[in-house]
Amino acid sequence: MAGSTPASAIASETPLEAPVAAVQAAASARGISPWRDAWRRFRRHKLAVASVFVLGLMVLAVLFGPLVWKLAINEIDFSARLKPPAWRHPFGTDDLGQDIFARMLYGGRISLAVGLAAMGMAILVGVTIGAIAGISRGPIDTALMWLTDLFLSLPQLPLLLLLIYLFRDGLKAAFGPEVGVFMLIVCVIGGFRWMPVARLVRAQFFSLREKEFVEAARALGASTSRQVVRHILPNALGPVIVAGTIDVAAAIIAESTLSFLGLGFPPDIPTWGRILYDSKEYLDIAPYWAMFPGAAIFLAVLCINFIGDGLRDALDPRDVL
Amino acid sequence: MGSYLLRRLLIALPSLLGISVVLFTVLALAPGDPFAEMALNPNVPPEVQANLRKQFGLDDPIWQRYFRWLWAMVQGDWGFSFISRVDVDSLILQRVPVTLAVIGASQVIALMVALPVGIYSAMRPYSWFDRIASALAFVGFSLPTFFTGLLLILLFSIKLDWLPFVYRADIAATGWQWWWEHLRQAIMPVMVLGLFQGASWTRYVRSAMLDVIRLDHVTTARSKGLSDWDIVMKHVVRNALIPVVTLVALQMPAIFGGAIVTEQIFRIPGIGSLLIDAILRNDTPVIMGVTFVFSCLVILFNLIADLLYGWLDPRISYR
Amino acid sequence: MQERQIRESIEEVRSGRLPRRTFIHQMVSLGLTAPMASMLLMHAGVANAQPAQAYKPTKRGGGGALKALWWQGATLLQPHFANGTKDQEGSRIFYEPLGSWDRDGNLVPILAAEVPTRENGGLSADGKSVTWKLKRGVTWHDGQPFTADDCLFTWEYAKDPATAAVTSGVYKDVKVETVDSHTIRVTFAKATPFWATAFVAAEGMIIPKHLFGPYAGARSREAPNNLKPVGTGPYKFVDFKPGDMVRGEINNNYHMPNRPYFDTIEMKGGGDAASAARAVLQTGEYDYAWNLQVEDEVLKRMEEGGKGKAHIIPSGDIEFIQLNLTDPWTEVDGERASIKSKHFAFTDPAVRQAMALLADRAGIQQFIYGRTGVATANFLNNPAKFRSPNTKMEFNVDKANALLDAAGWKKGADGIREKGGKKMKFVYQTSVNGIRQKEQAVIKQACQKAGIDLELKSVTASVFFSSDVANPDTYGKFWCDMQMYTTTMTQPDPERFMDQYRAHEISAKANKWQGRNIARWRNDEYEKVYAQAEAELDPVKRAALFIRMNDLVVGDNAIIPLISRPRVRGASHKLMTALTGWDLDFSGLHNWYREA
Repeated sequence: MAGSTPASAIASETPLEAPVAAVQAAASARGISPWRDAWRRFRRHKLAVASVFVLGLMVLAVLFGPLVWKLAINEIDFSARLKPPAWRHPFGTDDLGQDIFARMLYGGRISLAVGLAAMGMAILVGVTIGAIAGISRGPIDTALMWLTDLFLSLPQLPLLLLLIYLFRDGLKAAFGPEVGVFMLIVCVIGGFRWMPVARLVRAQFFSLREKEFVEAARALGASTSRQVVRHILPNALGPVIVAGTIDVAAAIIAESTLSFLGLGFPPDIPTWGRILYDSKEYLDIAPYWAMFPGAAIFLAVLCINFIGDGLRDALDPRDVL
Repeated sequence: MGSYLLRRLLIALPSLLGISVVLFTVLALAPGDPFAEMALNPNVPPEVQANLRKQFGLDDPIWQRYFRWLWAMVQGDWGFSFISRVDVDSLILQRVPVTLAVIGASQVIALMVALPVGIYSAMRPYSWFDRIASALAFVGFSLPTFFTGLLLILLFSIKLDWLPFVYRADIAATGWQWWWEHLRQAIMPVMVLGLFQGASWTRYVRSAMLDVIRLDHVTTARSKGLSDWDIVMKHVVRNALIPVVTLVALQMPAIFGGAIVTEQIFRIPGIGSLLIDAILRNDTPVIMGVTFVFSCLVILFNLIADLLYGWLDPRISYR
Repeated sequence: MQERQIRESIEEVRSGRLPRRTFIHQMVSLGLTAPMASMLLMHAGVANAQPAQAYKPTKRGGGGALKALWWQGATLLQPHFANGTKDQEGSRIFYEPLGSWDRDGNLVPILAAEVPTRENGGLSADGKSVTWKLKRGVTWHDGQPFTADDCLFTWEYAKDPATAAVTSGVYKDVKVETVDSHTIRVTFAKATPFWATAFVAAEGMIIPKHLFGPYAGARSREAPNNLKPVGTGPYKFVDFKPGDMVRGEINNNYHMPNRPYFDTIEMKGGGDAASAARAVLQTGEYDYAWNLQVEDEVLKRMEEGGKGKAHIIPSGDIEFIQLNLTDPWTEVDGERASIKSKHFAFTDPAVRQAMALLADRAGIQQFIYGRTGVATANFLNNPAKFRSPNTKMEFNVDKANALLDAAGWKKGADGIREKGGKKMKFVYQTSVNGIRQKEQAVIKQACQKAGIDLELKSVTASVFFSSDVANPDTYGKFWCDMQMYTTTMTQPDPERFMDQYRAHEISAKANKWQGRNIARWRNDEYEKVYAQAEAELDPVKRAALFIRMNDLVVGDNAIIPLISRPRVRGASHKLMTALTGWDLDFSGLHNWYREA
């Protein structure tokens, strides 16, 4: 069973070599830093490593692809409408004759950036609040949970309209139109996804802080923050990682919902969620139009999940090599 | 635990009040005008619009409107919709049965899928079952509901013509026929929502189970020779359920206003579509009514979850 | 000149050389409405045409259920409180007016015994009053008789400001009196050539005095019949769930013989246009769907299923672009887009002309709208006879480039033109709508080729079309350089419609941006011609003046008409409807039937 604690470090080796190997293992274990140890464990997880490559490839493609693939993203060519994938248009064309491959490369920057940034923000805020609430009791916990409940009850749509209407012009003036809108969207999407993470982390903390190893650390004189950071948090990360993967997909999709409402990026910016949305009425006429952005989102989510799995295995302090 | 419960309930009231203040302020500040369509119609003189706004007190300062609303709520009057000219509570009550039936059923299905699949995947990680289940789960939550809904409609309604896709709350039939018709029209939306939800829950269940399975007490049980079933059911599941309970509690209130896209696609007259219509038309009393119930449910279910933690893991104490 | 041509055409219709329908089409294409054209003919004494469609069923009822899909559900069923057409349609199932407009713009009597004309004494010689004779033997759904008192009551109810009825604009300037139990007289303050406003069409539905009487004025919103309509219509009320469902059953005492055909009617709301189209055209779950704003490509594909087809019905709606003549980016006296400011580019007529040349109407029509739109350069298609020399439907990027070069707008290093240090970068806004976003993309590309950079903006429809004073994104404020939407001629008479281009209607802070002159266009000649038209009693001369005003507006290029949008409805093959582009879809509901 993956990740289970073997009965001993040398369970699989022959009895004769056992003592020698044990000594050697102990010796080398002393000299390796925990980060290199983690990296080594991560490397063992083949799927995670493969995912790093694939994700890296996607990032490179969207960053540098448009420099190589020169077709414009909004070249409207009515004579080439709804053409299936071919050499000229590897992903086919949409109903205005625009090249889908070029659009996916361009929009991928935004989708991936939004997905990762929003997830990052949700996790950061959620873990912080959840940890503080989980380790403290009484008034702080209650106050933070009240805040969480408040955010959970807020109706997202009116709040979105309000925020965008209040801050859009200011951000655009300060950071330029694209970056301003990007920041606003990341904050808005991330801002609505930290609550489940906070509650999950808090719940984990509740059960973990009573466990023996934490008691042991406390007995040894570890300060609260040390207990949290070095002992409890790493074990609480399981649901956080799952939340992270789900959040990436949700963020990309949320961005397309925002565009649909006219609140996100301008309508001609082909983020993946937007392409998916544009294609939905043509599913029976041009299925490839929807397949590619769907597959791209799926692939990104898959990679992040495996990387998350690998991270969890790598950081698991009980996994002794 | 009793005193904890009492304390939480006492705190619930002021927190509800606080939430309602914030909600009301947000709605009051958000752009949009409930009588917008009148502006487009040259037949409607501006005085009529102004008169309506005065009638509904839209031009009063925010704090005045808030207290008026609060006082009315306390007396049981939930307000009057600007757009439909109907009482808010009857609007909501009209839609509760359908919402519970469809959205509620989908949450149950999600749970019924997530628990067994997640548990079994965790028992045999990286096996074929696990890989396929995980892949399907990824597909499940990477695709937006408007997309999967449309796919199902194309397949089952249009190509195969097996199922109707427009939901009708009143079907003129009785007995078995009535149940059968309702089932036919509810399958697709329930599946779309349930599987979307179930996909992410499966991942959480699996992850939580894996976390617990690697603990020492499980190894001990295994070394004692207990069967897999016993180990899982008696030792692992209760501990692993904590994140699941958290999530289910978080998701329960969403029945009351969360499944907006699915309700749109299948035209289900649930509370989600009531909310989105009210929001797009700036019908503040309806929005306040629905979101207020929503926040009550949020507080209630999170309280239940907190109490359940104690039952699931006896080491969690309440002070 | 055009006046003479109009008179000639009328004579041709009278003598039978020109089909009535063609005349109506021609008038419509010049910017008039079919009802107005029909009134032109009536005024000249040309007889009203017989209704084109024959009603086949020979008995009442037996038709089963009629299921209709409105993707915006009705939220109330009181016609004088209606928020938009969906509520009017819901109400129209149960309530009726005295007369309605059919497809060719004929006034068809419903609760009136006949159409008032000069010959039968209905119209007074001085044009100041109309006498309507009501049908006898008509009863409300609860059995009470329908009389002139109900009409009188409806007038008092609607004009009372305390009621806050949305139809008050039609009733507040007229006087209604009962002549006897089944005759009323409507009197206008001054001679009114277009008299068919009160008690006609959507704003003309009559409500029962015996039920609404106790709830007039400030108590109007408490009336229980606001939610349980009792009318004279072909169907009786059964059930209503706001925003979701309206149900009715056959009215066995309906005042027209052999009608209605269907036993029950259901009007379901919610969802979007594309899925409504699917429900009718592909799965046949519903018989009729309203307003299919879907790309023609997709519609055609759906029709291949063979269960239904899309009906395209001519009407007066036009999709157009407005160019802002003021500067929306600077504040003058605390007001953006103030009339005191000038737009740096659009006040140059050469630039406006170039913009008009950059609209690829043909492409938009062919590939986006298909059958559901007709490319237009004027406020509609022109037959050669009436075409103004200056309005052409041309798409010519090179010409636009040449014009801009000649006017001094030189291309900079980034390919964007500039003059006096200001670049041609414009913000172009419209509402969120798949088809509109595609139109924006097409226009953007053409502009790019001419060295103009457009930033596209789309605003949620409920915000864009609202009149919220605090919101900067409404179409009324027009705080950007260009915007696009469809203008509907909800009024059968263009006078109110043309009023919006006058200086006093300019949308500004002073009138809370409720003014309808959103492009903030001013033209002295237009003011003169309008003043003339207002005082003109001869409807033919008046029509000619309106055409002239139309030309002025379009010729100046502050408005760039793109597509004329007929109404698109979906109906199953067997359903025979009586649809019109000049009144509600359900105005002919009593004539709908299903072929065997």
